[in-house]
Amino acid sequence: MRTLIFRTAAPYLTSLMLLFSVFVLLRGHNEPGGGFIGGLIAVAAFAIQGIAFGVPEARRAMRFHPMAISGFGLFLSAIAGMVSIVFRVPFLSGLWWSPSLFGVTVDLSTVMLFDIGVYLVVVGSLTSVALSLEEREEP
Amino acid sequence: MSTLVALLLPFAAAAIAPVATRLQGHRAAWLLAAAPAAIFLHFLSMLPAVAAGDTLNGGVDWVPSLDVRLSWMIDGLSLAFALLISGIGMLIVLYAGGYLKGHPHQGRFFAFILLFMGSMQGLVLSDSFLTLFVFWELTSVTSFLLIGFDHGREAARRAALQALVVTGIGGLALLAGLLIIWGATGKSDMSGLLASGEALRESPLYVSALLLVLGGAFTKSAQFPFHFWLPNAMEAPTPVSAYLHSATMVKAGVYLLMRLNPAMGGTPLWETLLPLFGAATLLCGALLALRQTDLKLMLAYTTVASLGLLVMLTGLGSDKAVEAAALYLVAHSLFKGALFMVAGSIDHEAGTRDIRGLAGLRSAMPVTFAAGLLAALSMCGLPLLVGFLAKEEIYAALGFADGWTAALTVAVLLGNAAMLVIALNVGLKPFVGALPRLPGQPHEAPLLLWLGPAVLAVAGLLAGVVSTPFHRWISSPLATAIAGEPIAIHISTIPHLGVPLLLSALTIGLGICAWLASGRLREGVASLLAAIGWGPDRGFDQAMRGLIRLSRIVTGVVQCGRLVVYMTVTFIVAAISVLGPMAASGEWPAWPALPDLYFYEWLVFLLAAVGALAVLLARSRLTAIVCLGIQGFAIALLFMLFGAPDLSFTQFMVETLSVVILALVMTRLRLLPTDRRPGPHKIVDGAIAVAAGVAFGLLLLKVTQVPFDGRLTDFFNAYSRTIAHGRNVVNVIIVDFRGLDTLGEIAVVMIAGLAILALIRIRGRRIVAARREA
Repeated sequence: MRTLIFRTAAPYLTSLMLLFSVFVLLRGHNEPGGGFIGGLIAVAAFAIQGIAFGVPEARRAMRFHPMAISGFGLFLSAIAGMVSIVFRVPFLSGLWWSPSLFGVTVDLSTVMLFDIGVYLVVVGSLTSVALSLEEREEP
Repeated sequence: MSTLVALLLPFAAAAIAPVATRLQGHRAAWLLAAAPAAIFLHFLSMLPAVAAGDTLNGGVDWVPSLDVRLSWMIDGLSLAFALLISGIGMLIVLYAGGYLKGHPHQGRFFAFILLFMGSMQGLVLSDSFLTLFVFWELTSVTSFLLIGFDHGREAARRAALQALVVTGIGGLALLAGLLIIWGATGKSDMSGLLASGEALRESPLYVSALLLVLGGAFTKSAQFPFHFWLPNAMEAPTPVSAYLHSATMVKAGVYLLMRLNPAMGGTPLWETLLPLFGAATLLCGALLALRQTDLKLMLAYTTVASLGLLVMLTGLGSDKAVEAAALYLVAHSLFKGALFMVAGSIDHEAGTRDIRGLAGLRSAMPVTFAAGLLAALSMCGLPLLVGFLAKEEIYAALGFADGWTAALTVAVLLGNAAMLVIALNVGLKPFVGALPRLPGQPHEAPLLLWLGPAVLAVAGLLAGVVSTPFHRWISSPLATAIAGEPIAIHISTIPHLGVPLLLSALTIGLGICAWLASGRLREGVASLLAAIGWGPDRGFDQAMRGLIRLSRIVTGVVQCGRLVVYMTVTFIVAAISVLGPMAASGEWPAWPALPDLYFYEWLVFLLAAVGALAVLLARSRLTAIVCLGIQGFAIALLFMLFGAPDLSFTQFMVETLSVVILALVMTRLRLLPTDRRPGPHKIVDGAIAVAAGVAFGLLLLKVTQVPFDGRLTDFFNAYSRTIAHGRNVVNVIIVDFRGLDTLGEIAVVMIAGLAILALIRIRGRRIVAARREA
């Protein structure tokens, strides 16, 4: 699989796909998309990186162990649910905050935090599986 | 201080215990003992109200939506128990401070024992069944931790597990019993049940409820044939034995029987079963105690005997029997707790607990000797001590009215004589005679070690000498609560001539004769038991081994470890569970009319069909996987054409990744590139595949043909924008409306990822190991 064309194209593909996955994640609340789909796109991006440059290189690029990313995602989602307890509304109630930055209103919410958690869980778990399958059997 | 604070205080103390011990060492015991001391004073302040006949009720809502309350009920019975638990608990914490001085895990020990104290206290104060059950189980769990405290030793681990299994099974029986009582009477708390005992006794469910409750009480209170776990629990450090296995936990079963006596007692079944099992336990415990040479084990078996005696008295149910039970309950806690602590001090200072090597410690340990002797005399039932009051009442309750009570009287006589032997063996024998060579240098135990036994022994003396206030404040309200009607106890320590005194004298004479011959008696009992050769303790091991063997067989059948079998079974079950009900009810879907589609829609449909067909015809597995992907993409296109962009989007990504991952799995598992299943195998697999496919096809057809219920759609369409601020209804459902489901799903995704990772690594390691060997 390590042809010259593929290896030349892979970095661009990977970075574009990762960027696109974040875009899909963030637009999910109003347009087709969301954490789950975004996560799947990012997994595909990391898989390409792994196939093109080898698994150690892909792992270096990710910095953290994929399972750690997954765990952090689950933690983030749970925390997003618990924020509502502080405001004395039931667990996982969506809370919205719309600050104005330089005249642009940005809608932030615990729901978004929750969706980012979903994204990270999907990215972490599936990348972990894909990369360890790609790995050669020597330790 | 409110009762709620008293209920929670031990748990708070347990939380700070490790830190306090790290900072203060064994001196933290003084600080930690303040918690039970405060609780003791709190309950002491309730004595006047309870002695006047009041029952104090209270509670807080725990889970209001399920109508669950943390509620308590304080009458003479709960109060006496609460005072014993907090009072002895305080002394035990101090004793443990001295006994485990310098132990690396002393802080953990304090935490466990305080947790246990809180559980036991909650148990005896509980009003609602649910609270009772929760605390009941907590005592089992904390006692597991305490018995297994010395977890480096195999014997301690086994004893802990045994206690947990026996009392845990009993706990389940109790739960079922309480639920039946709830169903039969409609009452879910003790105060309600005690007011409507008549309804329960006349209910057809009475017998099953009684048997289940007895199952819980008998296992907890170590009644024959479940008595074996208690002596084994002596693997625990001595403070645990003194607290759990004499004064508190093992009395939980007795407490439950006493508590339920007004509601469930008085029936022929109750009055037969309880005395029968109680007497059997009494004799069994007494007999086994005579064989022992270890001080703690002797005491443990006499505890079994005493618990039998208490169950028997509770079962008899006459006023005298209830009075005797109340007095003996208090007396036993005082003298047995003291004697256990004395045994622990002897072990601590002299370095052995073997009765055959112990003598002459009186001058070295005078205070311990005084406390031990006083407690032993109470256990013997000599005048001036509270044990005497209890024994007189026991004999007064039994008598020789008919054959049944005469038999019980003989049993009690023999049991008491055996207990006298043990009392003298623990409280007298180690201290008199000439001092032999001992493993340790005997000297007086420090204050922390002699304080507990001394206080308990003196309390036993005071209760016997100034019996009038003792009866007024403690024993009469206790007996009243057990009987469910007012009882006043009057017995004093001045002996009155009569049958009970005669029986007492006979017991003492018999006991002293037996004590003098205790060496020969021990050998006799030992050879008798050797002749029997089997006991419930070995039975427990056999049962556990049988259980493990059974589970190995069942697991071998159900979990064969072959993916082919799992998938085959899954698909067959799926096909049957869909087709079966359809065939049974005859509700097949109607044949649909040919849909009116554009030509490009037909084209996509055709693409899917070609993809599926190509999977069947493909020579190599890799081609098949790719063809499966083509079919999946075609489906994704159909979703797109029919207005489900989210679904289509996801389908595209899932298909892409499935092809990649399946291809990787194939190379990783080194499957043969082509499918080499034999012909008949292919036909069977094909039939299963067709059945599953047809089943789901028909199901989908049927689903589209039933009238569409649009209420959910309308709801989500109406509120997605206004409540959840999102236009994409699908995503709003996932992250907001059904967020809890999603949280569960991503947890599953993560766990599945972890599991797959582990599987891949195991395989990788095996291959590496195999290569190294080669």
